[in-house]
Amino acid sequence: MRATRDAFGKALLELGAEMPEVVALTADLGGSVKTDDFAKKYPSRFFQMGIAEANMVDVAAGMSTAGKIPFATTFAMFGTGRAWESVRNTVGYPGLNVKVACTHSGLSVGEDGASHQALEDVAIMRVIPGMTVVVPADYASAFAATKAVAKHKGPVYLRLGRPKVKDVYKDGEPFQIGKAKILREGKDVAIVANGPCVAFAIEAAETLAKEGISAAVADFHTVKPLDTDTLVKLATTCRAVVTAEEHNVIGGLGGAVAEALAGLKPTPMRFVGTQDTFGESGDPELLWKKYGIDAAGILKAVREVLKAG
Amino acid sequence: MVKMLARAGSGHPGGSLGMADIFTALYFGGFVRHDPKDPLWAGRDRVVLSNGHICPILYAVLAERGFFPPQWLDDLRKIDAHLQGHPAMNKTPGVELSTGSLGHGVCGALGMALALHADGKSNRVYALLGDGELQEGLPWEAFMASAHYKADNFCIIIDRNDAQIDGRTVDVMNIDPLDAKLRAFGFHTLTIDGHDFGQIFSALNEAAATRGKPTAIIANTVMGKGVGFMEKDGYKWHGKTPNAEQAAVALKDLGA
Repeated sequence: MRATRDAFGKALLELGAEMPEVVALTADLGGSVKTDDFAKKYPSRFFQMGIAEANMVDVAAGMSTAGKIPFATTFAMFGTGRAWESVRNTVGYPGLNVKVACTHSGLSVGEDGASHQALEDVAIMRVIPGMTVVVPADYASAFAATKAVAKHKGPVYLRLGRPKVKDVYKDGEPFQIGKAKILREGKDVAIVANGPCVAFAIEAAETLAKEGISAAVADFHTVKPLDTDTLVKLATTCRAVVTAEEHNVIGGLGGAVAEALAGLKPTPMRFVGTQDTFGESGDPELLWKKYGIDAAGILKAVREVLKAG
Repeated sequence: MVKMLARAGSGHPGGSLGMADIFTALYFGGFVRHDPKDPLWAGRDRVVLSNGHICPILYAVLAERGFFPPQWLDDLRKIDAHLQGHPAMNKTPGVELSTGSLGHGVCGALGMALALHADGKSNRVYALLGDGELQEGLPWEAFMASAHYKADNFCIIIDRNDAQIDGRTVDVMNIDPLDAKLRAFGFHTLTIDGHDFGQIFSALNEAAATRGKPTAIIANTVMGKGVGFMEKDGYKWHGKTPNAEQAAVALKDLGA
């Protein structure tokens, strides 16, 4: 169990040595978003911008025009919500090389409650033309994803979490932006997940196997550009697709998958995520359970879609 | 510029004319180092038009300096054209940042200044803002940060024409006392007549010589400067273009 935000902090620190153009900005959350080690080692490449996220993202855009590779970091709520228009107009529209790297996404922010639980961020980042949207599953993939995002040219939204989550991959696992990973082959249903839901999907697939249901599991860490080749392959092999994400079922991974399949390979689907509702305060694990974002929620969706289909 | 706007049939002539003298000083007075043959030359100074709607004056100056053929001016705001209704860095050489949504450009300009400053470079960054634009909260975030980082390579120039779409700035949402506010935010603050070249030159020189803090130049300007009927009606020429007849009168007024 390790947190994706810790992986980000470690990768950022290494990027400090590997890529001199990398700079980091934060909005009074350096300790939480794990930029502190980078700031200590590279003080002239770290910019504390205070509690002013929209300015931070615009500043990052300006820096990128001067050859920097800025990581603008804060919580997902503020980096994508408060600063949305900065991301849209100053980063996205000119296609600048800015990385909006946000931690504390989803319900698992926990006790801080709904005002801080971004459940719409993937949707509002994905809708911006030219944005790449990456949602790593665990520590190892978040580490590799951060490195890949730094090397990728163009605007990226990197979505990270607060709590420790189950390890899906071994350290050193390669990561390719835009290329989904099939973690388990199956022929009845394909569970397409990202973020902490990848571990839940594996757990659900194991339970289904005992019941004689063959479930494929795929990590769609890149929501945009979506790996439609892998998606169509899964939808062709399986009778149904269930998406699982720590996000509103509207507009996120589920939405992206549905849009793609509607055109390429119409397939019965179900969507695991928050069902168009806000969150609340509480322990992350209990919140996931209450809102159906766990293995049990995925099992329910799989049974429903197989029964219907 | 008047011809360009009359042809386009929409745009913002008032503010564009009001800032013509400042732009002339910046690009023809030796303050903005640039190379039209190499628009992304690393040694260039940057001008960011945060009040992007007055881009006709920027386009006119960039064309005059040779960044692109003057024929491009004929197609301002037309489909498939190089010159967008608000500045677009990927479509127009010499445009440093895509701007237009008020408040953002100055923050982006600050990012350029901070990056260049951190690298010990001598490039200067000028951000031009409208006075109405200061009703947004965003510029004040950038102002605070520019003083915090002692960005002395950063100079903001505020087009103080006391006019915005819905009326006089003082009536729509008063921003005064502007000089005191900017001083309080940590700027070396100068107020000048934005149509007096002597004052413009000396303010820009003073900004370049100022160390340890950014400079704010409040340029008092007249909307529609040089065109009698525009000067008379003030804010009404913020976002309205002259028809052919009015354009002819305007050009006569301007001695063109």
